Amino acid sequence: MKNQLQKNYAVVIIGGGPAGLAAALGAREAGAEHVLIIDREVETGGILNQCIHSGFGLHYFKEELTGPEYAERFSQQVLSSKIELLTDSYVLNITPDLKLEVISRNHGYLNLQAKAVVLAMGCRERTRGAIRTPGFRPAGVMTAGLAQKMVNMKGVLPGRRVAILGSGDIGMIMARRLVLEGCQVVGVFELHPYSSGLSRNKVQCLDDFDIPLHLSTTVAFIHGRKRVEHLTIAPVTTQYVPNLNQSWDVKCDTLLFSIGLIPENELSARLRIKMDPSTGGPQVNSTMETSLPGVFACGNVLHVHDIVDFVSEESLRAGRFAAELALGMRRPGDNIALYPGENIASCVPHSLSSDREQIIYLRVKQPVKNATLSIGDRYEKKFKRLIPSEMVKLTLPPKILDHFFGERLRIEVSSGEAE
Amino acid sequence: MYDVIIIGGGIVGCALARELSRYNLRLALLEKEVEVGFGTSKTNSGIIHAGHHSPPDTLKGQFEWSGNQQWADLAQELKFGFKQIGELLIAHKHEDLQYLEDLKKQGDARGVTGLEIWGQKRIRKEEPNLSHTILKALHAPTAAVINPYEACFGLIECARQNGLELFCNHPVLSIKKGKNNFSLETPQKNFTTRIILNAAGLFADCIAAMVEANNFSISPRKGEEYLLDRRLQGIVTHLIFPPPSTTSKGVLIIPTVDGPIMVGPTAEDIDNREDLSTSYSGADKVFAAVLKSCPSISERDTITEFAGLRAVSENNDFIIELSPVINFYNIVGIQSPGLTAAPAIAIYVTEILRDNGLSLVRKQIWKANIDGPPHFAAMSPEEREAAIGEDPAYSRIVCRCELVTEAEVLYAIKHGARTLDGVKFRVRAGMGRCQGGFCTTRIMDLLAQESGVPLTEITKRGSGSEICIPRHDIIPIEDHR
Repeated sequence: MKNQLQKNYAVVIIGGGPAGLAAALGAREAGAEHVLIIDREVETGGILNQCIHSGFGLHYFKEELTGPEYAERFSQQVLSSKIELLTDSYVLNITPDLKLEVISRNHGYLNLQAKAVVLAMGCRERTRGAIRTPGFRPAGVMTAGLAQKMVNMKGVLPGRRVAILGSGDIGMIMARRLVLEGCQVVGVFELHPYSSGLSRNKVQCLDDFDIPLHLSTTVAFIHGRKRVEHLTIAPVTTQYVPNLNQSWDVKCDTLLFSIGLIPENELSARLRIKMDPSTGGPQVNSTMETSLPGVFACGNVLHVHDIVDFVSEESLRAGRFAAELALGMRRPGDNIALYPGENIASCVPHSLSSDREQIIYLRVKQPVKNATLSIGDRYEKKFKRLIPSEMVKLTLPPKILDHFFGERLRIEVSSGEAE
Repeated sequence: MYDVIIIGGGIVGCALARELSRYNLRLALLEKEVEVGFGTSKTNSGIIHAGHHSPPDTLKGQFEWSGNQQWADLAQELKFGFKQIGELLIAHKHEDLQYLEDLKKQGDARGVTGLEIWGQKRIRKEEPNLSHTILKALHAPTAAVINPYEACFGLIECARQNGLELFCNHPVLSIKKGKNNFSLETPQKNFTTRIILNAAGLFADCIAAMVEANNFSISPRKGEEYLLDRRLQGIVTHLIFPPPSTTSKGVLIIPTVDGPIMVGPTAEDIDNREDLSTSYSGADKVFAAVLKSCPSISERDTITEFAGLRAVSENNDFIIELSPVINFYNIVGIQSPGLTAAPAIAIYVTEILRDNGLSLVRKQIWKANIDGPPHFAAMSPEEREAAIGEDPAYSRIVCRCELVTEAEVLYAIKHGARTLDGVKFRVRAGMGRCQGGFCTTRIMDLLAQESGVPLTEITKRGSGSEICIPRHDIIPIEDHR
């Protein structure tokens, strides 16, 4: 792509994955003229391009799509919406007055100025080092996402006999993918007493393919000097300490890690944006604006989602709010701080405004049945089952905050039975 | 026939190679791994010791200060990172205070400059994050940090441009002593040489045994190291040493030359020379020790861990001498402060060779400097713009965590990187917090493209460590049953 670039943009979006694409569309819809997406890959679509399985779009499009199909729908809309794309490019730095230092394969070294910036950089996978798995450091140890890229994008396999540590969604999807490729998946090992991914992935990827899921276990040692040869698997105590006396050996040549995702906030950290340790992403107000005025965040850079449909929805809104700011429109500021109480692992946004509809995303800490979710004395909702791996979306009508004169509301889950 | 063959491309072999490349000699180095520095050196802590640690009646004591003084120049000539950050040897207990005094005396007598004992006030001021229970600390400003593998790459590149022939992936299988020479067998080809310098590290006794020059033995002593996230960068600014134990200098806090903090190593005598595994118990030891001196370091910040094996001789000192076999020299048992001492050892060995009658004539042209690798992350905006203007490969990021461009990876491959680890240790791609999640396939693509091989032949660190396999190469059906 070689086109004439502007120097000044209303909204610059960093990242052209599902979050960035939707944010750009949102910004255009809200009337921003010059909208630019910067992406480090040659093509937009982000991680969706390597997610060739189906299951995307059930909420957003009410139909089942593959990852590339889902991305394509947004990319087409972006292309027909007068949104500029700067692909194969990388943002080196942003200053607090929203100047961007960018390098680009086609345009060289660039300095750009934005009125609003949307952070949409997505997330990365946690690695072996994060959970300190002892043993050797051979070839054949990688994250599930890297294996997915090898199989789906590069046309090669990570190995023949594969074990997977962690039952995150990518791990379970790769378990099925590798079986379909003719590999043997010897088992998925999960530290927690429950699966870390979506229930549907456990059913469709593991159960349907007779791949064993071993709960409350971990890899206690990786053997093999050059290539993985075998693993020591150990059950863990309720405190997650491996019990080496009851360990057993599993022969395999590959170990994939699917142990969680971390929002990719290097740029945000450089901007000294206020972060939320419970999500690993920035703190945002009800317009998805971070602590630095003019900088918005959405998608997995803000908090890790399970399904892309929620990412798109959230990012459309972030894009709209960013455009409004760039156009000089001012909404009333937030007047209520929202903070997590009992059995809430995280919630986004971090504050609310009583003048409009509010959308809240949250996760529970522990799985519970027949739970009641409450927001102060203003809102209550019953849930049959809540699990940490499935994010909850709440849409709150503005009227629930009517005549509320406090400054903070506690969000919590109570009266549930532990699973 | 070669005049001198060096066996082993660790820091000692590489330092010997560069030193001897000054002279009119036909010189080769044989390394069993796929690249130099891939054995013990790669896993070294990277500390240039201040010069006062080892007792004066040992070879260690003889070379650590003279070695120390050479590193600043070497780093400049060979373009690798070097930061003279100084060290603090801390004492929590009253009974350790005398040790600090004794060590200072030992260093002062040797001429080590700037040694000073700090009280609590000074320690608090300079290192506010250290434990408040520390009573005193010995400050040694001459200690520095480097990346040992970068030093190996730099030394060997310099030696090669001055005529050294390098043979990686050439393990020595046997050595035959002839009348005036040795013949060495490797899987690829045979070599003959007048003189052998045995710098084979952990395997030095096996090499020596091939000609019955093994009047010593080597045993492995494992050290586990834990690299922490950049979040903790700056938590301490000096190298932090506890009072030493009998087997090692103890568990250290190391502000690495690249910035992140590393903690370790452990010291555990083991039997297996290939056991580079880390362990739960090793981590427990390291973090228990570190917490005592710096309570805010948490093991949860670990981004990666690794282990290395020190080559320990039975008397715990270096062995640098002509073996019982004429023209076969042992430079072995080079453990801490071996990295620090290596350049001094190289000079010392050269002197022994001269004393034993080797004619050493300096080359008329000898280039001390090499062109260093480019380093995009360290460039100013203006330099970045200029670099991209000259070569668009600077405009593509390969490793986002450490901000490494395609141009730097291509440079590394051009200068000898053959493996994923080879690229990683030259340009840091894959060393950051995502640990290769993003860059692995990109680097594999570049390695494949530059060497004209399929992706399935790219290895982590040499044959047997291929990263991926071809798609059609699946398990035979019978295995499934």
